[in-house]
Amino acid sequence: MNKIKQRFISLPRPVKVLLWVLLALFAYALPLLELPIITTPGVDFGGVLFVVTMYALVAIGLNIVVGYAGLLDLGYVGFYAIGAYTAAILTSFHAHWPLLLSIPVAVVATTISGVLLGAPTLRVRGDYLAIVTLGFGEIIRLVAVNVEWLGERKGISNIARPPSIGGDDGLFQIPHLYWGDGTVLLDTEDTTAFLKFGVLDQIPYYWLGLTVVIAMLFADKLIKNSRVGRAWEATREDEDAAELMGVPTFRFKLLAFATGAFVGGLAGALYASRQSFINPDSFLLLFSILFLAAVVVGGQGNRWGVVVGAVLVAYLPQRFREFDDFRVLVFGLALVLLAAWRPEGLFPPKRTVRARQLEQDLEELEEGHEGEEAARA
Amino acid sequence: MNFDFLFSNLPQLTIGGLAFGAIYALIALGYTMVYGVLQLINFAHSEVFMYGTFAMLWTVMALGGADADGVQLIAILIAALFAAMMMSALIALLLERVAYRPLVKKNAPRLIALISAIGASFVLAELMGLRDRVTGWIGLDDDLSEYVGKARINNSMAGVVDAPRWEIGNVTLSSIDVIVIVAAVGMMVLLDQFVRRSRLGKGIRATAQDPETAALMGVNPTRTIQITFLIGGLMAGVAAFLYMLKIETTKYDVGFLLGVKAFTAAVLGGIGNLRGALLGGLVLGVAESWGSALFGTEWRHVVAFVLLVVILLFRPTGLLGESLGKARA
Repeated sequence: MNKIKQRFISLPRPVKVLLWVLLALFAYALPLLELPIITTPGVDFGGVLFVVTMYALVAIGLNIVVGYAGLLDLGYVGFYAIGAYTAAILTSFHAHWPLLLSIPVAVVATTISGVLLGAPTLRVRGDYLAIVTLGFGEIIRLVAVNVEWLGERKGISNIARPPSIGGDDGLFQIPHLYWGDGTVLLDTEDTTAFLKFGVLDQIPYYWLGLTVVIAMLFADKLIKNSRVGRAWEATREDEDAAELMGVPTFRFKLLAFATGAFVGGLAGALYASRQSFINPDSFLLLFSILFLAAVVVGGQGNRWGVVVGAVLVAYLPQRFREFDDFRVLVFGLALVLLAAWRPEGLFPPKRTVRARQLEQDLEELEEGHEGEEAARA
Repeated sequence: MNFDFLFSNLPQLTIGGLAFGAIYALIALGYTMVYGVLQLINFAHSEVFMYGTFAMLWTVMALGGADADGVQLIAILIAALFAAMMMSALIALLLERVAYRPLVKKNAPRLIALISAIGASFVLAELMGLRDRVTGWIGLDDDLSEYVGKARINNSMAGVVDAPRWEIGNVTLSSIDVIVIVAAVGMMVLLDQFVRRSRLGKGIRATAQDPETAALMGVNPTRTIQITFLIGGLMAGVAAFLYMLKIETTKYDVGFLLGVKAFTAAVLGGIGNLRGALLGGLVLGVAESWGSALFGTEWRHVVAFVLLVVILLFRPTGLLGESLGKARA
């Protein structure tokens, strides 16, 4: 694993970019390829992939809060719900805005809610934050259940879809592949209209989701390597030391919370638009836990790790649907085993390796010192 | 805002709230003690409670509680209490062994311990929810159909205990509520004294305060952690018994919401603090009861969480502060 990584790093830059582009193209083409084994039997593969991108998006957002800033958030689904409900209210329930106008509003509303929740609660210590955010997630859901203005248990339907490009048939049709016995054919019967956001074919939503995920990964890379990202890491490692070094920790924690909320709200709005129908049951506390599991399984603090975690958490249960009844059981078992074997997640961030090295050096130094003392005595 | 209803029914609402609060408090003990010693949110403690409720239910069913009355019924209930405590303690010890000890040994980051706890919680709850399948594999589902049938739906012991109601003036009190409150508070006082005075209790407090120094002074840390889980489990068993007396039905996922509430109660009182758990539980129970009278039952949980946020804003370490290890407790 490490050797491959080394080799990749030592490649010249244009080759690296080319490889990334190929990977991205493969990701875009994935639902068209209809690969055997990977494709989910019985469930629409495009729809599954869309859900995977939403989990990836949420995991990127939650990773900022949990992985970078070290704030344990058990109520992340609350932001997801606020984004979804804002989009739903503006495009269907109380107004008829176009979706593209409502998404920015939804994202802004979610960010504000993040600041409103964070401002009083980020002053309390870590573990208390967990329970307060957990309460927040539940409050949001219960308010949606109980308030008539938000549709109560019935939920909200007819949420606007993204505008299709090129009318009902799209700009052009893209054929899928068909895997026969040992031969691969283009299947002209089974096509996807390019960028028609309809009811049946979910692949365009997946493309939309994937595009947003890639954009967020870029933004995440920029912010992680900036002053803000370093301030978050410093705050996570030692809040007092960071404060003494002149990092306004509270403001940066609030910023992490707001950024996380921003991404969560965006994911929620996209999800609502795709489902076209939401009700409070789409935002159970269980989802907060699944989101967190995605982040921790993948390796908190590592942007690619959490994306892999999200893919695992969202995709595996769909792929193995025939074990439907047992999937929560297996998932729980997997979490326990993972915690015991890879306590830092599947892909721990680079920093941990470096920090571990440092800790080892320190330990050796200390032991050496003690050894000298013992020798002197 | 229905103030009339609240004030005209104040005594009943308060007693009902206290009874629920007492159950929260007993479950909260498990959270608060484990947190005090390990600084770990034992997310799976709700499942410890859930298994206790089923142990109680099955014992009553197996011993024919539905047809019994008088002394016989009381004997059955005592057996059920014993079974619930044993079952919960067993599950708690199992959790410690399987989900935590490997992590504590490896010095894993705390968040991963929480993930392990969440995983264990899923496994335990799903095993109970799928118990008809599990018994099916070993071919016992026909023999045990009474116990495992309707695996996901409610199982009830409605009408087994026909508790008298007392009329005092124009106030009706359920005797079960009173029993629940007295029993729970009694258990808490006993436990508080145990942790304060006994040798084992001293060991627990010492480990909570400073595990390394405690180990140097001859306190076995592994055993202390085990005992902490054991006590939490026993208390959850008592809570399960009292809960079944009061509510009479249980379900494979009954623990989830109660667990969240109990943890809220623990935080409300000051996590790591035994008396805080009692106070937090009672305050939470009464607040919920009054809140649902004021705003309607659908706002019950919202009242609880808003109360938690407000109290943490003004007292960031909970009502009584954190002190399992501090000199005072």
